[in-house]
Amino acid sequence: MTIRTEELLLNVGPQHPSTHGVFRIVVKIDGEVIKEATPVMGYLHRGTEKLAENLNYTQIIPYTDRMDYVSAMTNNYVLVSAVEKLMQLEIPERAEYLRVIVMELQRIASHLVWWGTYLLDVGAMSPFLYAFRDREIIIDLFNEICGARLTYFYMRVGGVKWDAPDGWIEKVRDFIPHMRERLKVYDDLVSGNEIFLSRIKGVGRYDAQTAIDYGLSGANLRCTGVARDLRKDAPYSIYDRFEFDIPTRSEGDCHARYLVRVEEIKESLRILEQAVEQFPEGPVMAKIPRVLRPPEGEVYSRVESPRGEIGCYIVSRGKDSPYRLKFRRPSFVNLQILPKILVGESITNLVTILGATDIVVGEVDA
Amino acid sequence: MGDLLVQPLSWGSFFTFVMMAVLFLLLILAMVTYAIYFERKILGYMQLRPGPNRTGKFGLLQTVADVLKLLIKEDTIPQKADRPLFRIAPMISFVPSFVVLATIPYSENLYFADLDIGVLYYVALSAISTIGIVLGGWSSNNKYALLGGARSAAQLISYAIPLVISAVSIVMLSGTMNLRGIVEGQAGWIWQWNFIPQIVAFVVFVIAAVAELNRAPFDLPEAESELVAGYMVEYSGFRYAFYMLAEYVYLIAMSALITTLFLGGWHAPAPFLSFIPGIIWFIIKFCCVVFFIIWLRGTMPRLRTDQLMSLGWKVLLPLSLANIFITAIIIEIIKAVNG
Repeated sequence: MTIRTEELLLNVGPQHPSTHGVFRIVVKIDGEVIKEATPVMGYLHRGTEKLAENLNYTQIIPYTDRMDYVSAMTNNYVLVSAVEKLMQLEIPERAEYLRVIVMELQRIASHLVWWGTYLLDVGAMSPFLYAFRDREIIIDLFNEICGARLTYFYMRVGGVKWDAPDGWIEKVRDFIPHMRERLKVYDDLVSGNEIFLSRIKGVGRYDAQTAIDYGLSGANLRCTGVARDLRKDAPYSIYDRFEFDIPTRSEGDCHARYLVRVEEIKESLRILEQAVEQFPEGPVMAKIPRVLRPPEGEVYSRVESPRGEIGCYIVSRGKDSPYRLKFRRPSFVNLQILPKILVGESITNLVTILGATDIVVGEVDA
Repeated sequence: MGDLLVQPLSWGSFFTFVMMAVLFLLLILAMVTYAIYFERKILGYMQLRPGPNRTGKFGLLQTVADVLKLLIKEDTIPQKADRPLFRIAPMISFVPSFVVLATIPYSENLYFADLDIGVLYYVALSAISTIGIVLGGWSSNNKYALLGGARSAAQLISYAIPLVISAVSIVMLSGTMNLRGIVEGQAGWIWQWNFIPQIVAFVVFVIAAVAELNRAPFDLPEAESELVAGYMVEYSGFRYAFYMLAEYVYLIAMSALITTLFLGGWHAPAPFLSFIPGIIWFIIKFCCVVFFIIWLRGTMPRLRTDQLMSLGWKVLLPLSLANIFITAIIIEIIKAVNG
């Protein structure tokens, strides 16, 4: 007797604990081995780019908060920096420092969320709560400076909305050694765990050429040994004043992505340390016209977000709202490699690989 | 209890037995309630949060409230499920978990069945539960449940064997399969408990036991991050409660078995401490084992299916076989020396 076997079509998502939101992957599996994987997206599409055409520039900023809601500060920045480039504005020193400080804090917070949820994906429950407790400190700092915990609406064209309250900079300064201590705890808890290593080592591997071909950026690119980081390669804001390294690994697997992200937290702490040291006095908002009417023209601004290269392209016709606005969203680009690397992996590795890609569905669908 | 067991069957003794059994079941249910509370509290403290603390004093009524909620939930059966199998599967999984408790000797006098094949009885009956899990996965007509059920079957086969084989070395050492006999063989000082001379068997048995219990880091059949809830995904209300109950009763039963086989059962760690009743010692050891298993859940990530298989077949099985071999040789040498 011959046994009849057939492929099983499994619908992972949109309601699934490990797709980090309403993301869906349709997989064909043979036993537990994936034969074909198709990401399906769009469940969270809100038409940000189209909506922007009917809004003035300040009104667009809260929409960027809701794109990559785990890293709203960098999204704020990519929009305001594009408009500033177009209008050729001078930004006050203090505002630039505040922007860098909040963006680096945001990067740490974002990586902490990733770290916790990734461990949850591979089945460890406790690290998630450890990471969220430390993230809470950053969220409280943000709450103090702009009154919101997740969607900040903090930056404006020409500077930032609120100056740092008294003692805020000292709190950031105290946070740096605290976070360094905690990172040691994290390492002790997880980084050497035999089960964890065996789950992520050699899983979801690709080489540098493939990563470049697919347009990957962020830790997904740096894990293959390509040292590309816009903060170094095309410095924006005042990043050229700080000393920091770009962590890279050469393996290109999930373990490499894990290590790169953990190292990035340490580098962000280094930047924060220097920024807090150099923090100047002065105004936090440039002199800007009441109604923002950038001159006619096009501009592309790009920023290294925790997830990779986020870009903002604006076509202006001299009106107070953009003629056309387009975001290059790293989460969307980074997940394009999934159908390639998921084939031949097991269902369990699907979760490991998807988690290591670090997507935020709000940004994928925009 | 022993005298009670051997007396001829009469209406009186029959009635006493039924009463005892019912009392014991109620006691186990209460234990499960607080085992869940205990687990959530411990996990809470390990994860820097207070755990349940709202319902009743210190949250003591939390599990009671949870169970009540489950009982009043609508009992849904999927349209395309295999209805009879779907209904019976939780019971198949649940009944053996209570039945195995009968052979465990809780103290010198407190036991419910004095079986000469106690070890075999436990292992054989506990395997039936997996049939309930596989059936539940199959009859739900859900792909995630099916994968969970299939994983469970694979896991049981891989881990039941090292479990039994590591228990065999204990049987060889004690010369009996009777669990009371095994405990009696461990009388005396703490180093006469089986876990010292049989440390390899102890480690293999604990790992295999955690895998048999489907608990972290071996909770693949219900791996929530990939299979959502595995075989339980279509179950709700009371049937879901049955699966959970079975899982926790097994936690209790397996901890009791580990205590019996390896940790000297009701014996005190030193003879001069034996004025404390045996049941107290049993409970202390039993709680330590339960705590250890919960502790694992607080710290470990989950293994992958293929890693689970290779650990079972390539590491634990050869290790337990080698252990039997070495134990047999040593027993023979000791026999020869003693003449």
